[in-house]
Amino acid sequence: MVREGKVFKYKDNVDTDVIIPARYLNSSDPKELASHCMEDIDKDFTKSVKDGDIIVAGRNFGCGSSREHAPIAIKESGISCVIATSFARIFYRNSINIGLPILECEEASREIEAGDEVRVDFSSGTITDITSGKVYHAEPFPPFMQDLINAGGLASYMKENY
Amino acid sequence: MNMTEKILAHGAHLESVHPGQLIMADLDMVLGNDITSPVAIREFPKFGKQHVFDKNKVALVPDHFVPNKDIKAAEQCACVRAFAKAEEIKNYFEVGRMGIEHALLPEKGLVTAGDVVIGADSHTCTYGALGAFSTGVGSTDMACGMATGKAWFKVPETIKVNLTGKLKKYVTGKDVILHLIGMIGVDGALYKSLEFTGPGVAALSMDDRFTISNMAIEAGGKAGIFLVDEKTLQYLKEAGAAEPKIFSADEDAEYSSQVDIDLSTIELTVSYPHLPENTHLVKDSSSIKIDQVVIGSCTNGRISDIRAAAEILKGRKVADGVRCIIIPATQKIWKEAMDEGLFDIFIDAGAVVSTPTCGPCLGGYMGILAEGERCVSTTNRNFVGRMGHVKSEVYLASPYTAAASAVTGYITEPAALKEVR
Repeated sequence: MVREGKVFKYKDNVDTDVIIPARYLNSSDPKELASHCMEDIDKDFTKSVKDGDIIVAGRNFGCGSSREHAPIAIKESGISCVIATSFARIFYRNSINIGLPILECEEASREIEAGDEVRVDFSSGTITDITSGKVYHAEPFPPFMQDLINAGGLASYMKENY
Repeated sequence: MNMTEKILAHGAHLESVHPGQLIMADLDMVLGNDITSPVAIREFPKFGKQHVFDKNKVALVPDHFVPNKDIKAAEQCACVRAFAKAEEIKNYFEVGRMGIEHALLPEKGLVTAGDVVIGADSHTCTYGALGAFSTGVGSTDMACGMATGKAWFKVPETIKVNLTGKLKKYVTGKDVILHLIGMIGVDGALYKSLEFTGPGVAALSMDDRFTISNMAIEAGGKAGIFLVDEKTLQYLKEAGAAEPKIFSADEDAEYSSQVDIDLSTIELTVSYPHLPENTHLVKDSSSIKIDQVVIGSCTNGRISDIRAAAEILKGRKVADGVRCIIIPATQKIWKEAMDEGLFDIFIDAGAVVSTPTCGPCLGGYMGILAEGERCVSTTNRNFVGRMGHVKSEVYLASPYTAAASAVTGYITEPAALKEVR
């Protein structure tokens, strides 16, 4: 699968409270959550995000709360992929479980700039910055996680295997 | 193997496990709250099971926005209540019987040493204080746990935290964990387990240990596990917990790194906005003026925390212009505090006492900050907008520091307060 979009760039330690502030957690409706996604650090995100766009961030993306509402809000916003140097572990798990593609790639996280057009090939983990012309290779998923993704998420994987 | 590996090996019915290995473990308890359970309940049918795997091993604790803060919160709680009733969940805790989940489960004896526990709340790592492997997950994992009694884990690498010495007066578990997070950073234990061990553990109270394990996640940790000693066993016995399964690290256990902390050198610590790793000494922070103090939460709402606040506030007054909000974490703690006369102290001081709720910690309700306001809070996170307005600030500290700060209106060491006449 290949997706292409414009980059929203963020720094290290983007926490789940800014991805979706807790004051909106009295709802679990994906559309409502998406309408407040990132608003505490980027007021323009919900106004300008388009289907297929990509988030690029630094270390420890998604740190803090275990709220699955965070990857749900990002996915529902239309974001096709999050690229970061590293992810907080619960966010990492949640993203795999709900089918939000995430890629770890330090070089890409550092060099890709806000507004760049980027293409991501999930089968090979290849990230192409069309604006700068540079190509990056993300860490591949371990086989077990690849199985989870191929099964279409945790529920179908467990149904098949347990 | 170390403790983490031994508990996970036991949970996965394996002879041994090693870091990086992916395992499927049996769960002793699956936990959710009013924020995360509705999503899990929505996902539950997708796992193709008629009912939860064991109605005694699921705990549902509405605590974040209860008593219901608004109509939407009420609807979410109604969803959890209906599911608990339909599935005959034994450990569903209604308003009037509830408490903040991570104070409540240990108190009710629902976790024992050697258990493998998941909870759809990041501070589920709290039960590491009991020698359990306990970790936060999302709602889909919670649904999976409720349906199958299983969770997948990547066996983490482990950092050994070797504690020696003894804490000084007014220095608590909160100062220890803030100090550690300041040392290793908010991703210093990312994907890793922390094991708290060494001769210094013996002098730490169970409440101190709960506070320390609770904030393992604030260093990115998957778990924060304490060795099991006499104090642990005594606590488990009094709580009526199941027979403990004691796992101790082998002599040749492997760790990815070691951190040594001499508890006697730790000073009162405060984390400035907007990351818990942004630690400073309380004594260097006396020029910071505050508007609010919150004493409570899954981190510091236990009886010793409420007593610490009372010790400081006794005979003193909350400063003009400061709101001081005290939230005992469970009904049992609330009653203990009331019976000990601590509420008289708080009310005479001009503080307010709330029913158990996570409320202000995550900016839900019951103490939201306006633009530009500052709060000293015994909670666990000080991210942008965590307790209210994007331009408000949260300073994380212990109950002693928070209460002393309430008295002066500035971040204050308890020892700096004038004697009560």
